[in-house]
Amino acid sequence: MLATWLILLPLAGALVVAILPLPRLVTGGLAFLVALIEVGLWIVAVSRFDFDGEDVQLGTSEEWVESLGISYTVGFYGFSLWLAGVTVVVMAAAIGYALWVGRRDRARGYHALMLFLTGAIVATFAAQDLLLFYVAFEAMLIPLYVLIGVWGGERRAAATLTFVVYTMAGSLLMLASVVAFGVTQDTFSLVDSGTSDNEWIFLGFAIAFAVKAPLFPFHGWLPLSYREAPVEVAAVLSGVVSKTAVYGFLVIVLAKFPEPVDDFTTLVLVLSGAALVYGSVLAFRAPDLRGIVAYSSLAQMGLITLGLFAFNDLGLDGAVLLSVAHALVSTTMFLLVGTVERRCGTGDLAALGGMARGRPVLATVLLVAGMIALAVPGSTTFAGEFLIMAGVYEEGWGYAAVVALGIVLAAMYVLRLISAVLHVRPGPAAREEALDLRPGELALVLPLIACLIALSVWPAVVSESSFPNDEPTRALSEASP
Amino acid sequence: MIDTPKVDWLALAPTLALLGASGVALLGAVLVPEWMRRTVAAVAAFAGFVVAAVFAGILLDSSPTPTPLVQESMIRDELAGLAQLILAVTGAVVVFVAWSERRRDNHGEYYALLSAAAAGMIFFVGAENLMTLFLGLEWFSLSLYVLCALDTDRETSLEAGLKYVIVGGFGSAVLLFGSALVYGATEELGFSQIAAAEAGDDVFLVAGLAMIVAGLAFKVSAAPFHMWTPDVYQGAPTSVTAFMSAATKTAALVMTLRILTTAFPEESELWTIAIAVIACVSLAWGNIAALAQSDVKRLLAYSSISHAGFMLIAVAAGTDRGAEALLFYLVPYSAMSVGAFAVVAARERELRAPVNLESLAGLGWERPLLGAALWLFMLGMAGFPLTGGFFGKLFVFSAAYEAGDWWLVLVGVAATAVSLAYYLNVVRWLYMRSGTELRLAPAGGSPPREYALGLAVAAAAVVTVGTFVFAQPILDVAGHAAASLPF
Repeated sequence: MLATWLILLPLAGALVVAILPLPRLVTGGLAFLVALIEVGLWIVAVSRFDFDGEDVQLGTSEEWVESLGISYTVGFYGFSLWLAGVTVVVMAAAIGYALWVGRRDRARGYHALMLFLTGAIVATFAAQDLLLFYVAFEAMLIPLYVLIGVWGGERRAAATLTFVVYTMAGSLLMLASVVAFGVTQDTFSLVDSGTSDNEWIFLGFAIAFAVKAPLFPFHGWLPLSYREAPVEVAAVLSGVVSKTAVYGFLVIVLAKFPEPVDDFTTLVLVLSGAALVYGSVLAFRAPDLRGIVAYSSLAQMGLITLGLFAFNDLGLDGAVLLSVAHALVSTTMFLLVGTVERRCGTGDLAALGGMARGRPVLATVLLVAGMIALAVPGSTTFAGEFLIMAGVYEEGWGYAAVVALGIVLAAMYVLRLISAVLHVRPGPAAREEALDLRPGELALVLPLIACLIALSVWPAVVSESSFPNDEPTRALSEASP
Repeated sequence: MIDTPKVDWLALAPTLALLGASGVALLGAVLVPEWMRRTVAAVAAFAGFVVAAVFAGILLDSSPTPTPLVQESMIRDELAGLAQLILAVTGAVVVFVAWSERRRDNHGEYYALLSAAAAGMIFFVGAENLMTLFLGLEWFSLSLYVLCALDTDRETSLEAGLKYVIVGGFGSAVLLFGSALVYGATEELGFSQIAAAEAGDDVFLVAGLAMIVAGLAFKVSAAPFHMWTPDVYQGAPTSVTAFMSAATKTAALVMTLRILTTAFPEESELWTIAIAVIACVSLAWGNIAALAQSDVKRLLAYSSISHAGFMLIAVAAGTDRGAEALLFYLVPYSAMSVGAFAVVAARERELRAPVNLESLAGLGWERPLLGAALWLFMLGMAGFPLTGGFFGKLFVFSAAYEAGDWWLVLVGVAATAVSLAYYLNVVRWLYMRSGTELRLAPAGGSPPREYALGLAVAAAAVVTVGTFVFAQPILDVAGHAAASLPF
């Protein structure tokens, strides 16, 4: 039942927040409180979860549309529990950030949509029925569309348009695939359905997830959306919404389409490698803070897909670990970018600089987050990337070389960001009187960094508990009777 | 003494209730003092719709096997019961939408014609031979022609009425001619007798079939027989548009399904292809033309053409699954359509001007409930989850896929993608533009809240979401109703 509660709590919170005519701050506070309770609920879920169990846990199953074999089935595997976990943490941080910056106008609408989004993302990670997964996957779009379109930056209209066109094109292909898969299998249950060798159905799913992640060359919506969205929404987009694609790859593409996956492995690996290098180079060349973080997200998603499609134990473990780590890193970076943008009024690198002087807390926090983002050895991201590298090495040394190149490029773009903000000669926008990180901001970022450091110390807590007996390939191939 | 045929009065009760209501409303227009005419007429019409809905529900519940009525000219089965229920409930909701519509002193006539039109449709969906088919069609069409032109002080209303008469008359003539050809080929009028005559590929029969399909397609407003739809939907009083978009489509689609499966099962290879082609043309034309619209009623008109396309995909499947999907689809579609037009009507009354996209600006923030409802209806029409529109599309697509028409699924998916552009554009105007920037102000200050209309919108929203959550029970009813057709 806990999975259902994890979905229903934020949805109920959204309803309450939307309906109660409370003052702005109280509304935000209420939403933040709901988000924190959600984190607590998730901790309860972890404590009740048996990481050695092979089945879906904490679940519920209710008949929904029997005649087509559609049911409301939710529950968690190890990896989906971790993904849901970063979701609730990231959403709490994002809502807290919105509360801190005093999300200006129409607070009720804003916070209700953020809570709705939380519920939708958790439902996506919990769905064990293909149709329910599609429903949750689409439901994410509704709040995101409005969040970007109403509270976004100047070019928000163009951003929402490209975002919706890309993601809906992918989603509708997926709908066709969902129908075809469900009808041929006679059930939509992800637990009961068998495998399929139909390449067209496979492609429908794969392209939908490739758009969502995004993967090269389906990333056209990414720069504009990440730049124009409110910064905490950009954090959610890159941190957790992109991970729904990882989940989709795992439980649908890899588990249900073994043969087509085999046929397309080389193509996907090459494209992922291209995404990694291309995204890293773009991040290195990006003229603004958000550009760097946005393109680095493209690169990291490429890395994660490399791990997924290596389709061996090391690669899959690494992909899940890096997904969790990247969700936290990317959120931290976006929120820090937000604090810098708030102080300087711009994210243009040329206009920034010298922020380290007199702002020790900001400098320290940004440096620590940056170090983890560039996968310094010993960090959780390094652990993930190393596992992925070891995994793809089994597919060919060339892929491993590309991963290594990606790690080097990551160091380049992250260090460029850090020096452009903190160290170089102050630009016109870096005003002398700009404040250091305020306690409220610190209180939001520190827990995220604490999670990252904890995972750096003990990455195995995620990587070894994501799949039963730490045998991902067996778990995935046995997921389909 | 002449033997009177046995008449199943219960089966005719929905029609008779509405005819009675129509009579009361019409008499009220003459006999009742002016100040209470609107109340009397509206209450009579609403009561008629409720009684009709109750009887339709009883019929739906108590007609497990199809029974012919009145010398086999009508039929009593679950298909008719379900269609009558949808029609009656739609009509009852429309009464609420119409309640505070501005009109000169012709309330009695309005509600009388509304009830009469619904009575005609309810008669029409129970037709079992070509004569009653035509009779029902003309009955509701004539009522609708007048309803469209009822706002005699608006030029567009008159224009709508005239266009509808001419094009609709043409459609009826085609249908009548087709019926004549079929009668010529088989010497039978009853649907099942036509099937039993086994005329095979007789040229007259095929030509007649084609003309009947075309005649019904006019009423379904499927492309390329849709030319009247945008102008009529735009010009007619908005409550009438709401009624037509939901009820006329329901009646005509149910009849299309019934006549094709009961009278022409042998020719199914021909008509499945014909219907599939009409569906594709409707999807393409409706969606692409909707992209260019700025008047919201016109936009919804083109959207209704594309929905006709979706529902015809289900007919083209030619299976019981397809029939079930069509009947399910009609429920959320009717709700969303009536609801969307009701919100347009509210805005229209507020601004006292036709509603285009610009005049929706900021509605989502100024009138949060109406705005959220329109948002819901737009998402539902676009087939987003959390609305019954999603399951409607899903069932249609899976029926088509099961019938082997995978290409229709792809066409439908592509059409959905295009449709998002204009549905989400409406949402963009609702929430992402501010009305104050455009200096939109209600004429004569904020009008009083319209509780009747709010109730209608709420009912539509409840059905839209309810058909998503409780899809299976409705699908069961649809499945039973589909089982009364011979597949």
